[in-house]
Amino acid sequence: MMKVLYFAWLRERIGKAEEEIDPPASVVTASDLIEWLRGRGEEYALAFNNPKIVRVAFDRTHVQPGAKIGGAREIAFFPPMTGG
Amino acid sequence: MSEVHISERTIDTTAEAAALSGLANAGALVTFSGICRRDEDGSPIAALFLEHYPGMAEAEIERHVEEAKTRWPLLGVRVVHRTGRITPGETIVFVAAASSHREAAFAAAEFLMDYLKTRAPFWKKVERADGSADHWVEAHDKDDAAAARWRKPKDAAE
Repeated sequence: MMKVLYFAWLRERIGKAEEEIDPPASVVTASDLIEWLRGRGEEYALAFNNPKIVRVAFDRTHVQPGAKIGGAREIAFFPPMTGG
Repeated sequence: MSEVHISERTIDTTAEAAALSGLANAGALVTFSGICRRDEDGSPIAALFLEHYPGMAEAEIERHVEEAKTRWPLLGVRVVHRTGRITPGETIVFVAAASSHREAAFAAAEFLMDYLKTRAPFWKKVERADGSADHWVEAHDKDDAAAARWRKPKDAAE
């Protein structure tokens, strides 16, 4: 089991801020997880319709899409940042 | 006092600056305030809504504060970011850097702002004055370019 967080328009499109998920062993990288999530329903397909622009963090650290999930417990998906 | 603070409270920029200007040997204090504009892309706005990733936002800024301290001889640093609903004219973000001389203070404040804009997990949503649908602000390539110029040669390939 892992905790997944969604922010900004990803959160709005999916309709929730966080959830616990249990993906299959074939899900190894952040990109794999996005592909798996896309298959979970229309709201996920809409949120991840352009996976290239989605940013990922493992345990509150930025990672590249090809990064292996390994033992990460908290995975966050969000749009490019617009603070400041 | 912690160097990084994120909350929904109004930012008192005068008090924040005063906390650093009294430091011994501080001959230079550079402060930057990012303020909510009255219009976005030519349309008047009612407010901005700032969302963040609690925990990660603080950690990312703190990491860059530490990086700034290794690059410049800083005597004090303060980064304050507001979240929630912010109306035109109000301060969204405040960055201050104190040093003995101005070069380090200017550079550190700019470095912190450039990284904050591209690496700290905050997102802005625009509430338009005419009541049309809210929309999320899109990231700007120029912000990425501004952050990239601080990269050291060894990590230029990243």
